[in-house]
Amino acid sequence: MRRADFPLLARHPDLHYLDSAATAQKPAVVLDVERTFYETSYANPHRGAYDLSTRATECYQEARQVVGRFFGVDDPRRLIFTRGTTESLNLVAAAWGRSHVRAGDEIVVTRLEHHADFVPWQQLAIERRAAFRIAELTPAGELDLDHLRSLITPRTRVVAVAHVSNAIGTILPVAEVAALAHAVGAVVVVDGAQSAPHLAVDVDALGADFFAFSGHKMGGPMGIGGLIGRRALLEEMPPYQTGGDMIEVVGDDRTSWNVLPHKLEAGTPNVAGAVGLAAACTYLTQIGMSAVRAHERRLTTLASDRLAAIPGVRVYGPPAGGRSGVVSFTVAGLHAHDLATILDQRQVCIRAGHHCAQPLLRSMGVPATARASFFVYNDEGDVEALVAGVLAAQEIFGAPADDPPASAAGAAVEHG
Amino acid sequence: MADASPSGPDTAAREALYQELILTHYRRPHGKGRLPHPDGEATARNPLCGEDVTVSVTLDRGAGDNVQLSEIRFTGQGCAISQASASMMTDLAVGRSPGQLSALEGRLRALLHGDPAAATDETLGPLRALSGIARVPARLPCALLPWEALRLAVQQATSSGHSPER
Repeated sequence: MRRADFPLLARHPDLHYLDSAATAQKPAVVLDVERTFYETSYANPHRGAYDLSTRATECYQEARQVVGRFFGVDDPRRLIFTRGTTESLNLVAAAWGRSHVRAGDEIVVTRLEHHADFVPWQQLAIERRAAFRIAELTPAGELDLDHLRSLITPRTRVVAVAHVSNAIGTILPVAEVAALAHAVGAVVVVDGAQSAPHLAVDVDALGADFFAFSGHKMGGPMGIGGLIGRRALLEEMPPYQTGGDMIEVVGDDRTSWNVLPHKLEAGTPNVAGAVGLAAACTYLTQIGMSAVRAHERRLTTLASDRLAAIPGVRVYGPPAGGRSGVVSFTVAGLHAHDLATILDQRQVCIRAGHHCAQPLLRSMGVPATARASFFVYNDEGDVEALVAGVLAAQEIFGAPADDPPASAAGAAVEHG
Repeated sequence: MADASPSGPDTAAREALYQELILTHYRRPHGKGRLPHPDGEATARNPLCGEDVTVSVTLDRGAGDNVQLSEIRFTGQGCAISQASASMMTDLAVGRSPGQLSALEGRLRALLHGDPAAATDETLGPLRALSGIARVPARLPCALLPWEALRLAVQQATSSGHSPER
């Protein structure tokens, strides 16, 4: 679709990059914009004693507008720039969570959360002596809304949920989750790391009180991401980190805080990263998120169908239409790491392992899966290379053994 | 250099990673299981990939300091590399002293890091089939995982009063 826009891929025409759920390759516009910023407008922002610093400040402000609007948010003060999803979620758990979750309260997550949206809440629950509840999945690998409903009570303070599963690609019904959570006054935290690059996201229409995302998965630079919050929640939150930029007055024995978004952005900000991320948002907007989704959906369906037709291959999660651009699979008699190494020999890059989702993989009864994931630069040729590589790996390892036993929990079933 | 493939150019060499000997050990591993009354048992984990290998050992305590490994078993789910390495380890470890075992692990590490002398070192026996790993450094931890578990299990067996869980 867009391979020529990505210098690394243009340089390596034989490379089949199928690991965009881990991180996306960068379009030239992102690299160019970052370089231009450093060459024309670089200084420390917010210290504006001179014109160059003012220009850097303006670049940062403009980036905040562009990125916020990409998620349907007009008030730029609602966007806090962070290092990425992990920092955003830790920020919410630490700053909002510590000041709102008390002993006996309840925190609800789902079985398919990435460790970044699981461990911070689990640890907060331990620290605050709150209950930590996990909403299970249906046998098809979708969120079990009935189970979730049974876990949400008047003591529920937080419902933390992924918009898209990084491990099996399930798209979660966040708006329905939010309605259940809001009915008891709970705050909804959405891990948007895997949806921001692939689906049209309107944070408010989704019902997210907090929405976390990573720039590098969207084609933006590494080390930049964000947290979008409801204004009132951000206003009442104490700071996450303290230091420069986030203060109003520092007295000898007390300090008052700067206004949003600065209160939650201590230290010199990553302006170049923000400028690059804004360029990535603009790039995706120009393609159109519905076109991105349609393209990835086509490849996901094709890859799932082709792989599931191979004897010994199991594809996990709901049918392809209910997944984002992720195909998680196992090959009988062949460990995912061995498969990944053999695919690498054929210039096919996939991820193998537990995908930072051990609670999910445990319930699926598999120690590891192979995961191919798509973005705007992938095409049918990448799918064909993947399928050919799986067949070659089966050849090296001999005929497929009997299918491994299905998981007892049956959290995710075969598709196809 | 600038146009070297990011995915590694050395295809022929890496095809050889999965030598028949490795696949044979993977399909029918030696020494799989658990000893009912081990002197030492330990698990090594690779948090990056979620693999784990548990090794149980018994030691023969001869006269003086003459301690030898007498029995060894391993369990664990893993890739062909870790399973083959564990299987070969159970063949090689019996009858060796703790000092000899750690020397063997050292030779294996040298082999996996591409030391040409180790590649012809007969004390490594079938482990030499793992030499292709030197070109796929991402898989090095897989080959060493069983040996880490062995080291911990032997440590536990030789230091009295150690708890069985790591």
